[in-house]
Amino acid sequence: MATAGTSYDSLELPPAMIEAATSAADWVVVWPVALALFGAGFLVMLRGQRGIQLPFAVAVILAIMVSNLYLLVRIFETGPVAMTMGKWLPPFGITFAADMTSAVFALTASFAALIVAFYAQTELTERGHRFGFYPMLLLLLCGVSGSFLTGDIFNLYVWFEVMLIASFGMLILGGRRLQLDGAIKYGFLNFLATTFFLIAIAYLYGLTGTLNFADLVAKAADIPIGPLTAVALLFLFAFGVKAAAFPANAWLPASYHTPAVSVSAIFGGLLTKVGAYAAIRILVMVMPDGHANFQWLIAVVAFATLILGPLGALAQVNLRRAIGFLVIGGIGAIFAGFALGTMHGIGGAVFYAVHSMLAITAFYLLAGLIEQMTGTTDIRKMGGIYAASAPVSILFIAMVFIISGMPPFLGLWPKILLVEGGARADNWWLVFALLANSFLTLIAASRLWAHIFWRNGQEGERSEQPNPDLHPLEREESVFGLVPTMALMAVIVVLGLFPNWLFSASGIAARDMLAPERYVEAVFAEVPQP
Amino acid sequence: MEVALAGLIGLFFTIAAYLLLSKAIIRMLLGVAILGNGVNLLIFTVGRLTAEVPPIVPDGQYVPLEGSANPLPQALILTAIVISFALLSFLLVLGYRAYQELDADNTDNMRIAEPEDAPRPPLSY
Repeated sequence: MATAGTSYDSLELPPAMIEAATSAADWVVVWPVALALFGAGFLVMLRGQRGIQLPFAVAVILAIMVSNLYLLVRIFETGPVAMTMGKWLPPFGITFAADMTSAVFALTASFAALIVAFYAQTELTERGHRFGFYPMLLLLLCGVSGSFLTGDIFNLYVWFEVMLIASFGMLILGGRRLQLDGAIKYGFLNFLATTFFLIAIAYLYGLTGTLNFADLVAKAADIPIGPLTAVALLFLFAFGVKAAAFPANAWLPASYHTPAVSVSAIFGGLLTKVGAYAAIRILVMVMPDGHANFQWLIAVVAFATLILGPLGALAQVNLRRAIGFLVIGGIGAIFAGFALGTMHGIGGAVFYAVHSMLAITAFYLLAGLIEQMTGTTDIRKMGGIYAASAPVSILFIAMVFIISGMPPFLGLWPKILLVEGGARADNWWLVFALLANSFLTLIAASRLWAHIFWRNGQEGERSEQPNPDLHPLEREESVFGLVPTMALMAVIVVLGLFPNWLFSASGIAARDMLAPERYVEAVFAEVPQP
Repeated sequence: MEVALAGLIGLFFTIAAYLLLSKAIIRMLLGVAILGNGVNLLIFTVGRLTAEVPPIVPDGQYVPLEGSANPLPQALILTAIVISFALLSFLLVLGYRAYQELDADNTDNMRIAEPEDAPRPPLSY
């Protein structure tokens, strides 16, 4: 690799200090994080002003989206963007760097957060406002964006923790007994996962003496295979727990159904994908040799996750717990691409993650609308919404097809990429699992549809008996709940009909992930050649 | 020195694993605290322990003296301590609140989110 990445040892140190200011355009890499952080601080100060919380949060998220969009366009045109803090050149300063994967994920995450910010208006009480839902939403977005955009492995740990602490706050917002119970499991298991992540970072630092991704790419190649494999296994475990991949998935369905719907939606949409993103970034890009010995293990994890996710969904009577299991099934598809590790695999994984972020958020929001109409979370007591609200039932049947990857929706395209990748790699077990996952997800989701929408009343009642508990959406719920959900679904449908730019984006993402020369060059661009 | 510290880290991890496998929340919290300290020591150890010279750059020079301590692990540990302290405090309060509300210190009795006698999925439609 003929970049400056390996040559800083012979560098004269005085020139390693940056004299010139960073050009204004390069700030785009840190804007999403900085805006979210300052926005959150500002909203905490104004927590008594209920009226200003939503408009201000929306304004900040829109600014973040504009920044992410600019970043995405720039990466399309000129390749990865990097910025190093504090007058020190890489690998000494803390680097923020974005390639196509980071930019696409960050943009999708901010869009999901925008929709959830509106939706939260329907269910937030005075208490929820006072205890700071919007500041925590922005802090969560800050942690998520930071994880996607950072180019430094210890920094990644810090953003994980920012995200984790914000998610703790959101999870117990309201303080019902159910939430405390869910939060205990979520809290302990996620804390354990981040601690394992930190252990792995410590060993990797001990082996390489650097923390910068781009520098690690060069140095990790020189480590003996034994220690490298051990470190990679630790990373796989930590990120597997974060992403809720089998067999470390138990905390997800135990906790994601307990908080408010908008919190479930943002968690299900974003948090597990950050774990999957980190797994791909560290294991595929930074230490590709590290997991060569246990590629089969990742394939087994992907297989089990793909099959067991929708099977779990099939066995639930609680609507949101069922969706929790579908989140796990989606993680299986991302891990399948990760296990393949080819252009098709990584591209498909990136594409599927984008689809999954949008679709899972929309699914939880729909579940929230259904819960508001029926006043229960138990699908046996639901029924008859088909007649009560046409928009919700149309959205839900579309959701059934989206989540199971039926044409012509967005979920189809990454599945095609992944299946083609599996066929080219002659990994027919994974192809089978991907197709079986679609089939089982279709069964699980359409069973939910049949129970909630198709029949008139509750379980066991005569079919012409309407559901007595059903009440239509109020006006505020329609404006702040139904309309954002429709907007999100519309985006999914439009992206599914015109998937071309996402195809090319995931192609670029996979190329930069598998052969990170451009990424390394972007990070070390300002290092003077000796 | 490295060997002694490695042994100590191993001991910390063992105790933490033992405590975390317990069912009582308060024991798990202690396990979390000890695990955090074990990890901090680990970061400290992998950053080389050779140094007897503080990592201060002498006047008029650009690099610290030969054989000086590695300052980076200390910065990392400082960050990790702050973060794990925040998380530990949160978990401590959470555990106490759970004890008040759920009347349970034993994780076996915390079954509200996942009820033990969960209804079977509907077979009829």
